Amino acid sequence: MRCERCGEREAVVHLHQVAGGEVTKVHLCVQCAAEQGVAAAETVGKTPLGQLVAALGKASEAGEEAAAEACPACGATLEDFRATGRLGCAECWQAFAGPLRGLLRRLHGATHHRGEQYLAEGFAPADVDARVRELRARLQAAVSEENFELAAELRDRLQELG
Amino acid sequence: MIDFTLLPDGGLAWLDASGPESHLVLSTRVRLARNLRGRPFPVRSGVAEREAVLDEILSAGEATRPLRAAAVFRLDRLDHDERLQLHERHLVSRELAGLEGDQAVRPAAALLSAGPVGAMVNEEDHLRLQGLVSGLALEAAYREVDRLDTELGQRLPYAFHPEFGYLTSCPTNVGTGLRASVLIHLPGLVLTKEITKVLQGLGQVGLTFRGLYGEGSEVVGNLFQLSNQTTLGRTERELLDHLGKMVRQVIAYEEEARAVLLRDAPSVIEDKVWRAYGLLRHARSLSFEEAMNLLSGVRLGAGTGLIREVGLYALNKLLIHTQPAHLAAQTGLALGDAELPRRRAAYVRGVLAEEAGRRGGGPDAG
Repeated sequence: MRCERCGEREAVVHLHQVAGGEVTKVHLCVQCAAEQGVAAAETVGKTPLGQLVAALGKASEAGEEAAAEACPACGATLEDFRATGRLGCAECWQAFAGPLRGLLRRLHGATHHRGEQYLAEGFAPADVDARVRELRARLQAAVSEENFELAAELRDRLQELG
Repeated sequence: MIDFTLLPDGGLAWLDASGPESHLVLSTRVRLARNLRGRPFPVRSGVAEREAVLDEILSAGEATRPLRAAAVFRLDRLDHDERLQLHERHLVSRELAGLEGDQAVRPAAALLSAGPVGAMVNEEDHLRLQGLVSGLALEAAYREVDRLDTELGQRLPYAFHPEFGYLTSCPTNVGTGLRASVLIHLPGLVLTKEITKVLQGLGQVGLTFRGLYGEGSEVVGNLFQLSNQTTLGRTERELLDHLGKMVRQVIAYEEEARAVLLRDAPSVIEDKVWRAYGLLRHARSLSFEEAMNLLSGVRLGAGTGLIREVGLYALNKLLIHTQPAHLAAQTGLALGDAELPRRRAAYVRGVLAEEAGRRGGGPDAG
């Protein structure tokens, strides 16, 4: 299906528009949707994260560690994730943590969980010292690359850890 | 045939219009996405793995208070129409019911349902827990699902990461895994053409909207589901408070729009709601879309006190039972049967006549 606005590109964003008591469906390509102020992330059908996912891991960000080739637990690759928008298992989060942080910042405006902690038996909370060391290293890298937005966030995280 | 009598109130207690702001808000749902540690997510699981996950969750569920007496539905053992019925009751997603395009229902896809709480198993995540209550009641819905989550979490090893929180298959759900949504009727904002502005405004404050059936669904009958878009970086309370605050704002806008309509165009509105009521009382054939739109008009009439012949509970029940799969099951006809629109009209006429008689109103109070 062609985009209804430019008539050229493939329409991948399908919207409900409500006007005058009528609900109509509008089909747009990613570019036109972005120009209309529509976040592709919520509306792209088959890959719900659209462009964000497609760009994942291609441009490394300040303070990010390199991502693994494939998840050691389930074998999923970043390529799989780009294609489906879905991770294969819990270990994928660790294997691809670097690129995922960048994605999370764009999706949620944050990379750190602040909600309820899960402290069931047999699942020890993270080693705080190790996290502080990791955050300090990332903060230093962010500052040296003048990524101050990220640096500010990392500084806040460090302060929370005391 | 699904035996809905296994469910208290057929899983429809949330329709009773007993909750706060029931004249505008039909229901509040809070869902939590959870996965089990050490197992691939359902999208990357084979049949054996999915069966093992279901077994583990079923035995953990039996040991919890909220799910001890749950009805268990294996979606992969139900036929298409039965799965559609569960979806029409808002108990399962399109994805779990295998209703998405050409995608078949997945192995070991299941629903555990008990009163206000339910658990979808082997959807995109191992577990999607939900609390569903009447009216605008974010606290109550969260309390229900949180209680279930706490008990299950003591018996199942959840996948949790100190930095990312509860791990999910899709990064849009990670962190709290919490998606709260409020099903709200906004005909005033649609009629005054303010709705687009309001919905855009919601986008700017991190909220999103969907149609009656959730993700990817059309907006029908002026019913909108408003929900939080982000799940990470804020606490559960903050997410709920923010959504609650914004929904109350939308309610204020809707009330204002209704007041403006009744003040500036009373005869137009009066005609509109009574015309909708008249059509529903007398039509001989109704498509689902037409029924939904007319019911929206009558709901506006009931909500503004113009129509007293019908209550919100009856309107809520009509909303569920005029849906294609419900109507087909009730009449014994096949989905898509050309006779269904006539049966729908007959059913609506019957319910409205009985309701008018019960409430002591004549066929026309105007």
